[in-house]
Amino acid sequence: MSFLDLVEGPMFYIAATIFVAAGLWRLIGIIRIGRKPDISPAKGSATGGFIKGNLRHFFPRGIFARRTMVHILGGYGFHIGLFVLVFFGAYHIEFLDQRLLGFSWPALPRWGFLLAAEIAFIGLIVLWVRRISDPVMRLISDKDDHIGSWLTFLVMLSGAFAMEQAHDSLRATHMLLVNIWLIYFPFSRLMHAFTVVLSRGNSGATYGRKGMNP
Amino acid sequence: MSKTADIAVQKFLEHTDSEAASFFEACVHCGECAEACHFYLATDDPRYTPTYKLRPMERAYRRDKAPLSTLKKMLGLAPKPVTEAELKEWEELVYDSCNMCGRCTLVCPMGIDIAGTIRKMREGYAAAGLVPDGLKAAAAKVEKTTSPMGVTIKALEAQIAHQEKATGIKIEIDKKGADYMATFSSMEIMGYPEVLGAYARLFKRAGLSWTISSVAYEATNVGVQIGSSPMARGILERVVKAAEDLGVKYVISPECGHAYGAIRWAGPNMMGRRFKFEVVHIIELLDQLRREGKIPAGKKDGRRITLHDPCQIVRRGGLLKEPRKLLDESCDDFIEMKGAGITNFCCGGGGGVSANPRANVLKTKAFSQKLAQLDGIDSLEAVVVPCGNCRTVFEDGLEAYDKDGIEVLGLAELVAETLAADGHKQG
Repeated sequence: MSFLDLVEGPMFYIAATIFVAAGLWRLIGIIRIGRKPDISPAKGSATGGFIKGNLRHFFPRGIFARRTMVHILGGYGFHIGLFVLVFFGAYHIEFLDQRLLGFSWPALPRWGFLLAAEIAFIGLIVLWVRRISDPVMRLISDKDDHIGSWLTFLVMLSGAFAMEQAHDSLRATHMLLVNIWLIYFPFSRLMHAFTVVLSRGNSGATYGRKGMNP
Repeated sequence: MSKTADIAVQKFLEHTDSEAASFFEACVHCGECAEACHFYLATDDPRYTPTYKLRPMERAYRRDKAPLSTLKKMLGLAPKPVTEAELKEWEELVYDSCNMCGRCTLVCPMGIDIAGTIRKMREGYAAAGLVPDGLKAAAAKVEKTTSPMGVTIKALEAQIAHQEKATGIKIEIDKKGADYMATFSSMEIMGYPEVLGAYARLFKRAGLSWTISSVAYEATNVGVQIGSSPMARGILERVVKAAEDLGVKYVISPECGHAYGAIRWAGPNMMGRRFKFEVVHIIELLDQLRREGKIPAGKKDGRRITLHDPCQIVRRGGLLKEPRKLLDESCDDFIEMKGAGITNFCCGGGGGVSANPRANVLKTKAFSQKLAQLDGIDSLEAVVVPCGNCRTVFEDGLEAYDKDGIEVLGLAELVAETLAADGHKQG
């Protein structure tokens, strides 16, 4: 078995299993901590608030936009770019089809993939530079924040090198980093991709009961 | 770990429910919350970043309660235990530089309720005795007189007598079978007693049956500010018992931010049951009476007036439109400040900060953000501040910045002043 076969085969399946199992363990663990039911007479719907809270926080409020513009642009650029290139890149769809899902969907043309990748790279770099340069971000950031940023960056960078499919070793390096990223993910702050639903939803539900827009 | 730290950490863990846990798990350390916090904006001190204020509680959670924390401990990857020195270092951040105003939640891309979590964190601080002296003193006065300012029933009766004389309307105490029981903040009773007269005029006009309890006239709850659930429950119990003994249908929460949240939203949860009466905020009630045509508006106030949104009444209380409807009908020139409504700045004195003299300088600095909003309105003559505590912060702040030409008004008083003459029917 070649190294490429290893990282695209057994190692990938182990990493994906850890990603799913530990991620679910963490999410279920948070929910299982439990919360006393709120018995104050409600003015609005907690369920409606949960949904509204999740949707509302996708859109920055105008009054804060000027002060947080760098973060908004960097954050949106990175997250949208990453989402598009992971789920609509032809190589990724092909890999997921063959190795995991057994079905595929239309891919972006090459120029679209490159554009998404560039936007994601710029966004991630902007966010990280802000993390090391802004006094607030410097104070509140910890090792996990930096490891998560760098690991994601290396996954993306190795993916860029592997794009031409010129050498198996480049593809293997990319897949090795993907596997490490998948294993690191559920133990780290990268889990915010899923915990955000609970966080926004809980605040939204609290405000929703009060009949407020969260 | 010292005994103090152990007590605090145990309380942190006890109060970390799945909601708080979801907040700790979702924070990505983006720092956006700093951009919404008036303490950070006024000082540029990164320590005042809201999420940073939660750090000791978050660490206790990550070490001892978070999913996978056992595994991380086994691998030596769990965070270090929280120390007493750290807790003391954070005391200023938890009590002096947070009004629990909740503005940070609005900017947070994760929607984290930092204000609500600070409230839970204060439970640990209160249990460990790490509370500012000013709040301790207020709590001692509450034990003695039921009021954080030491306002006794005799003092209230004296103020009532003045207002009865001024309005010619009898204000009844402990009237069994009344529909409404009004409560007040000490600040209103001693600083703005005209509010008693305003209630008397408005309720007489509306034909409301109301009373004031001699044992539960105080609405504020220092237990909520300190973060002590047992104390908060004890204070609340007195009001609930008095209202249920009198058999009233409604308890009126006054123009006081945290008092409303304490009885309306936290109250039933603290007591573990729903009340036999409904809680209605005075602004809600006045708006309802106005809609029913029972307190018609008369000649409007001609001054250029704006509105401050007390955080616990508007952003965290849900009463956004009601004060605006009342002001529209009471003022000729009502103008909103920039950022009005749920994104409005806190005055800087909420959440027990104004009861904490140690925080005075910082509070005045934080008020500069509110002042900038007021300065953005040309020829402003008055600001309506429907919260007794905010009102004193405004008066002190405006004086500190030489802006005391701007008058600070209560909402009920303004509505009473602009009430239509008897015999007038609302169109």
